[in-house]
Parts: sequence; structure tokens; C-alpha cells
Amino acid sequence: MARQAKFDEIEYYDHKALSAVDFRPPETGWMDTPVDMRPGTFIYPAKPRHLEYLGFPNPREWNPQDDDWKLPENWKEIIFKGMRERLDEYRSFRVFMDICVRCGACADKCHFFIGSGDPKNMPVLRAELIRSVYRNDFTTAGKILGKLAGAREVTIDVIKEWFYYFYQCTECRRCSVFCPYGIDTAEITMMARELLNLLGLNVNWIIEPVANCFRTGNHLGIQPHGLKDTLEFFADDIEEATGIKVDIPLNKKGAEILFVTPSGDFLADPGTFTCMGYMMLFHELGLDYTWSTYASEGGNFGLFTSHETIKRLNAKIYAEAKRLGVKWILGGECGHMWRVVNQYMDTVNGPADFLEVPRSPITGTVFENARSTKMVHITEFTADLIKHGKLKLDKSQNDHIRVTFHDSCNPARAMGILEEPRYILKHVCNHFYEMPENTIREQTFCCGGGAGLGTDENMEMRLRGGLPRGNAVQHVHERFGVNHLVAMCAIDRATLSTVCEYWAPEVRVAGIHELLANAMVMRGQKKRTLNLRLEPINGEEGDGDE
Amino acid sequence: MNAFVSLAAVLALLLLAWLGVAGLQLHILFGIVIPYFAVVVFLGGIVYRVMTWANVPVPFRIPTTCGQQKSLPWIGHSKLENPSSSWQVAGRMALEVLFFRSLFRNTKTEVHPDGPKVVYHPAYWLWIGALAFHYGFLTVFVRHFRFFVPPACGYQQAASWCTDSSVVDGLWWALGTLESVDAFLQVGAPPVFVSGIILLAAATYLLLRRFVIPQVRYISLASDYFPLFLIIGIAATGILMRHFVRTDIEAIKALGYGLASFAPLTGGEAWSQFVHHRPGGAFVPGLPDIHWLFFAHLLLVCTLFVYFPFSKLMHLGGVFLSPTRNMANSNRAVRYDVGWSARHPVPAHTYEEYEDEFRDKMKMVDIPVDKE
Ligand code: HEM
Ligand code: SF4
Ligand code: SF4
Repeated sequence: MARQAKFDEIEYYDHKALSAVDFRPPETGWMDTPVDMRPGTFIYPAKPRHLEYLGFPNPREWNPQDDDWKLPENWKEIIFKGMRERLDEYRSFRVFMDICVRCGACADKCHFFIGSGDPKNMPVLRAELIRSVYRNDFTTAGKILGKLAGAREVTIDVIKEWFYYFYQCTECRRCSVFCPYGIDTAEITMMARELLNLLGLNVNWIIEPVANCFRTGNHLGIQPHGLKDTLEFFADDIEEATGIKVDIPLNKKGAEILFVTPSGDFLADPGTFTCMGYMMLFHELGLDYTWSTYASEGGNFGLFTSHETIKRLNAKIYAEAKRLGVKWILGGECGHMWRVVNQYMDTVNGPADFLEVPRSPITGTVFENARSTKMVHITEFTADLIKHGKLKLDKSQNDHIRVTFHDSCNPARAMGILEEPRYILKHVCNHFYEMPENTIREQTFCCGGGAGLGTDENMEMRLRGGLPRGNAVQHVHERFGVNHLVAMCAIDRATLSTVCEYWAPEVRVAGIHELLANAMVMRGQKKRTLNLRLEPINGEEGDGDE
Repeated sequence: MNAFVSLAAVLALLLLAWLGVAGLQLHILFGIVIPYFAVVVFLGGIVYRVMTWANVPVPFRIPTTCGQQKSLPWIGHSKLENPSSSWQVAGRMALEVLFFRSLFRNTKTEVHPDGPKVVYHPAYWLWIGALAFHYGFLTVFVRHFRFFVPPACGYQQAASWCTDSSVVDGLWWALGTLESVDAFLQVGAPPVFVSGIILLAAATYLLLRRFVIPQVRYISLASDYFPLFLIIGIAATGILMRHFVRTDIEAIKALGYGLASFAPLTGGEAWSQFVHHRPGGAFVPGLPDIHWLFFAHLLLVCTLFVYFPFSKLMHLGGVFLSPTRNMANSNRAVRYDVGWSARHPVPAHTYEEYEDEFRDKMKMVDIPVDKE
């Protein structure tokens, strides 16, 4: 190798070294073990201009590796007040602070612990980082017994620990599935990140998309003309593959359906192919729908910032639906977007009484389960189409690939959309294989880069966190020759590409509607010899993404 | 260190009971004052804690879904793992509380460096241990009612006094049935209760795993060891009294009925009947007939009662209030709003502001605009 790889590149990390996870806890107790802020494990701070644009506290330049984090003078008071407010506002937070019995059932359920062995990545200890402060400041036992009761005072070192470990949690909720009381460390992480935000401790990988989204309507900061360009470019590729010119309804008033999807699919392969899949499907159906440039983001990095930010970014979807006068909303393949849609959207920005209960114009099916939110998941929509025989599918067009399916954390554990995607996959390809049951459905493993951790400077943690997922993929690769990992999440499609490249290098990542579109026989299409990646169908397989 | 402190605390309590009763003869303090105090703190504390939780809103519906959602009618809905109605939630909660459903999922994860290979083994021991522990505890707890329920004429005709009431009859029938099931092994005289042994064994297992599993040891606080030592102490002193150390059960029952009928100093009817058989006459001087080990047992129980509401043992109440388990996943079908949104206004970036910024660019590529 001529060039030395850097810590933000996967080549930097030796497989053997990374696989030899050391599970022995340190000699020192966890309260006496300071964080080791080493490159590859933490994420760069938010740039001041984004914080200023959003009106967030304490914008400044700072570096996590410096001693001085330039916190506000009264930072302790801010934390105390912030905790008080959240303990009084969120029962989840208060109950979860009180009832953990430290049985350890959650410990080896977290992908970051499995991949790193660092005890503070056990969900229980992650939560104790803040629970210890809660005991000290808000419980009688903690005030009297102090360290004996597991209480400790909040110090700068504790804050540093919070910053480090609450940005090593992907809010995936796997721990919550196994906890006898349902303690959801994701919920605790959300609270902790809100507290950190109050001090101006944020990461740029989250705050920049939030600022972009607020201004341009999407995380990537794509401006309206740019979005149109992108979709036209996709249309050209579709024409090359199928001979059909699909149209691109943009900000179209009076359309029946507003379609919203994560902007990741506009820019980064392989998400782009899924986006083309949507366009082909809607064209084939003759659907009266529209894209929006103002609400051009389904994802919501507010979920990784604060509940208020969720509301702030999400508001555009209903506002745009109202302005355009659509009847209901259809949402694309995304993970955390669906956590927001399913658990927060109606509560924070509803009621959507200006919309109608979603009804498929093709099959007449009324989506009763979306009666109030008025937003339907694309796989619900498509599964219904297939069930009613409305699509002509030629599975053999996907015969050259062997597919497995990754349940994304949020659709699995904050919604439970497990069968719809499988139903579609089984109708668009002949070779579908499940990964081991401890790694799918409600027990699915995170990609290691969710909740705003999918950047490069924390590559070591991403690869470690990606180990359980990557290993399960490698397992079905070896066993069944699986070479495609399908995920219905834009973050997954980006982050799993890296995870696979490292842990399961023969497998590449695709989306459900990419496979659907490849199998779909369109009216008036030319003989299909190329897939959406413009590779020959049933010819030699491509070798990896990049 | 944490374990040592906890063990020392429990031993100190034993010593305290011995000193207080065998030495200083403070029977009234240990037999009457402390138990009443403990029960008041226990009940008051639990109510206080539950009220504190209940007073905090649940702004969002955030169940952790562990199965297929209710969606299209032809897709099988997993009603207990992903409930969509209150009844289904009740079913899910029943599974959690009665059978520790989530703990049943437990697995043990191993990472083998060659390959590498991540392996998941089923791991039922914690589930078995926790179930044994809780059902053992529950059974032992319920069995103790025989010290507080007065004799029933339908059952204990031989007693020097009895209460003629069908409710009390029914209680004794239930207690009798429980005892005969619990003593099914039919060994020893008096027969060994299985629940006590199970409780002791399960608590010991839970303690040992805290010592043995490095990660669990690393996270264990004094407040994790303390209740286990305490309960082991309770179970051990209880079994000792039943099988090895002779105590005056009649006198203990009299104390129990007296406490339960709010006439502890006279023992109420129980004692007035009972003292006929005894030399000495008055109740209070009669307490010393009871072995000090009983007061040690009682002091540990009282400590548990007082400790309970202010510790992790409140998971008893908390499990019912956990929003990830006790809510239906029905948000898209039925709107949920308890005022969070009204309390938290946020700045908006309106379409008008957006169009103002990008209007020229939009017009350039023929994207429709609201204002020309
Ligand atoms: C009278 C009611 C209850 C009491 C006295 C009680 C007591 C305890 C105690 C002392 C422990 C600690 C064991 C340890 O430290 O290792 C414990 C653990 C536990 N409890 Fe309970 N509990 C009660 C009710 C419940 C209920 C209703 C549930 C149902 C979900 C439950 C589930 C658990 C579980 C799963 C553990 C973990 C075992 C462990 O910590 O190793 N408990 N409980
Ligand atoms: S499984 Fe739940 S109760 Fe047990 S240690 Fe983890 S968070 Fe605490
Ligand atoms: S939510 Fe996921 S990443 Fe966070 S602690 Fe739990 S298992 Fe780990």
C-alpha cells in the first residue's frame, strides 16, 4: 500500500485486531475510568454557524480533545434545570431513572458493546452515566449515601463521558426489547443529548443536516432546482434501462398524493436506485402524485437532537400537504423517518384533519391503520398492490442475485413493519434467505451508524458497532451465497455499504423498490437488458459498489 | 467493596436485634414500634412513589414493538408483541408481569475472533432464577398471613378461641391449600416448605451471578447487593426458626393478631385467651418467651419494607408504568395528544419564507410558485 490509510477510512482498521474484542472490564471502577477520546471513536462538533442559524445555545469553535470545552459559566445549573424539566415532562425518563435493577439482561444486546467490549457501551451502564447524576441531585438516598448508593456529582469529566457515550448509542432500542421493564436506553440517550445541546455540545453530522433541513427542506441542503435536476437525471437513467420516459411532478397543486422520502436517496448510491424504483412504480400505476421541494425530506435528524427539533422539522410535511391540497401522504423507505411518523408526527403537528383517510386509488384499499396520521408506508402500499395483482412482476429478472433482508431498527422496534417488506421481496425475487433469527425482526441489529453516527471520523466505532450485523450477513453469504442485502432505510443503504465492505465484502446493498423496479414489467418497455444500475441483467454480477 | 458493605449492613442488623432484644429487652420497640413504622413507611412510600410517577405526563406514545404491526387485514398481526388496543396491551402486560416475557428472550452473545463469528446462545437461567425468586417470594409472603388472620371456627376448632366468619373460613381454606401444595415434598416435621428453599436458592443464585459474571459485577452497586443479602437473611432466619431453633409460635401468633387488630399491647382477644394457659399473666412480659432470632427475622423484614419504596425494588410499581410496554402501537390510527405540543411551541420555516429565498431559482426551472 503506497498511501497510509487514515482513521476515517476502513483500510486503517485491521480485521484481526478489531475482531479480538476484549470483554474484560477495566481494573478501575466505572466512575473512576475517564474517557479515552481517541480519533476514530468520536464525532466532530457542530459548526457555530449552524447552531446560530437554528438559534441553539453556545455556538463556538471547540475540540473534544481539548481540556477546555468552553462551556457556559453556569453549566451545572443548566444541567440541573434541564434534568428537572425533563423529569417532570417525560414519565419514560423518570421511571427509567428509578427502576433499573441492573440485572444485566440488556448488556450484551447492544451492538456497540458486542463490537467494542467497552462496559460503558452496555445499555445499563450507558444509562447509569446519567442515572448516577440523577441519584445525586434528585433522590434522598443518593444525597445521603453518595457513592455507596451509586450517586456522583456532575463534573466536566462526567459531561465528557456523556458526550462520548451518548454519541455511541444509535437509539436503536434493541436493549429495550430484552429489558424486563422495557427500559429504553434510546429514550435516555435522547434526554442526554437534549441536555448536552443545552450546553452547546452537539455533533456536526447531526446539526448541519438539521440546519439544512430547516432552510432548504432536506438534510442535504439540495435547493429546488437541484432537486429537479437530480430527478431528471434519474429519469434519464430509467429511460436508458427501460425505454420509458417517466414524468416528474414537482410541487403540483391538487395532486392526490404527496410523496415524501429521505433525501439520502437523491444523492448517494445505492439509495438513488431505490428512488428510481419509486418513480417507475408511480409512472406505471399512473398515480396522481407529487414530489415537494419544500418538504423534500422524510428523515428527521430532529429525532437525534431534541423533541422540539423533531416538531420543527416535521411540520413541513403537513404544511406542504395542506398547501398543495393533496388527499393523503405516502412515505418512502426510511428508518428513523418512520419512527417519527409513527410515534410523533400526529402528536406534535396534527391533527391532519384537512386530509382524507388514505385510500389506494389503484386497489381501493383503505389504510385503516393510518386513519389519523394519513400517512402510509410505501411497502404497505406496494404489498397491497401485489396482493391485488396490480403489478406485472417477472421475478426471473432478479435471478442473478441472492437476497437477504435487514430489518431497520426503527421500522422494526418503533412500528413493527416486518411482513410487508418480506411479502414484496418474495414476489420480486426467487432467492430470498433470512439471516439468523437473533439478528432479524424485533431482534435486528443496527447498522452501527444510525441516530446521526453515520459519518467517517468515528469509523472505528461504526465498524465495531456494525460487527453483529455484518457478521450475520457474512453468515448467509457463506451459507446461501447471498450477495444482496436489502434494507428499507436511507441511512442503512449508506452505512451498511461500509459495514458490508468491511465485514461481508462480497455483499452489496440495495433497496426494496430497486428490486421491485428491476422485476416490474412496464407497459411499453423495451426488452430489459440493464438493471437500474445500468448493469447487464443475469450477466456477470457487479463486484461491489465503489 | 459494594458487596462487603451490604453484607456488613445486614449483619449489623442481626447484631442490633440481638443486642436490642436479648440484651436490652426492648421487645416493644422491636416487636411493635418498628413493625408499625415499617408498614406505614412501606405503604405511604409506595403510594408516594407511584403518585410521583403518575403525575409526570407521557407526552408520546412510544411502545417498543416486538412483533408485526396491525396493518393490512391479510397480514397476521402480532397482538401480544405489538398491541394495538387496550385489551391487547393488558395481555402484553400480563405476560410481562406474570411470566417475565421479555427476560425470556434473553440470549448470551459471544464473539469468536477467528472468522470473526458472533454467536447467540439461548440463556434461560436468569429468567428461571428471576421467576423462581419472585414466585418463591410471593408464596412465602402469602403464607405469612397465617400469623395475622385469626383462627376460624370452621378450621381451628381446637383453638382456645376462634372467629365465626365465612370470610375468615375462606382465607384459612386458601392458606391451608397453599401450605399443603407448598409442603408437597412431605419431608421433615414440621414439613419443609418448598417455596422457602426456592427463595433462598434463587436469591443465592442471583447473588452469585453478581459475583461471577464480570460485567454484572462491574455494574453492581451496594444497592444491588443489599436487598439480596437482606432477603437471604430473611429466608435463612425463617428456615432456621421453622426447623432448627425452637420458638414460641403461639406467642408469635398472638403478637401477629395483636398487631393486625391494632391492639398490640394487649394482644386483643388472642392474648386474653392465650394468657390463661400461661403463668405470668400480662402480655408485655410475655414477649420475652419469643426467641431473639424471631426479632432478628422481623427486623430484616421491617428493613426491607422501609427500604422498598426508596430503592430499585420499586420496579414492582414501575413495570406497570413503563411507556414502552403499557401503550398501544396505534398512533397512526388514533391521535394521541396530552398537550405536549401546546406546551412546546417551536419556530417554523414557512413555505412563504422558503419561496422568498428560492423563488428565482424555482422559476428558472419551471417549478410552480405561489407568488410570481
Ligand atoms: C412483590 C413484588 C416484587 C419484589 C419484592 C421484587 C423484588 C426483586 C428483587 C429484590 C430483585 C433483585 C434481584 C437482584 O438484585 O439480582 C428483583 C429483580 C427482578 N425483578 Fe422483581 N420484585 C417484585 C416484583 C416484580 C415484578 C412484578 C416483576 C415483573 C416484571 C419483577 C421482575 C424482576 C426481574 C426481571 C428481576 C431481575 C433479576 C435480577 O436482578 O437478577 N419483579 N426483584
Ligand atoms: S435489562 Fe433493564 S433492568 Fe436489567 S440492567 Fe438492563 S436496563 Fe436495567
Ligand atoms: S438503544 Fe441500541 S445503541 Fe443505544 S444502548 Fe440500546 S442497544 Fe445500544
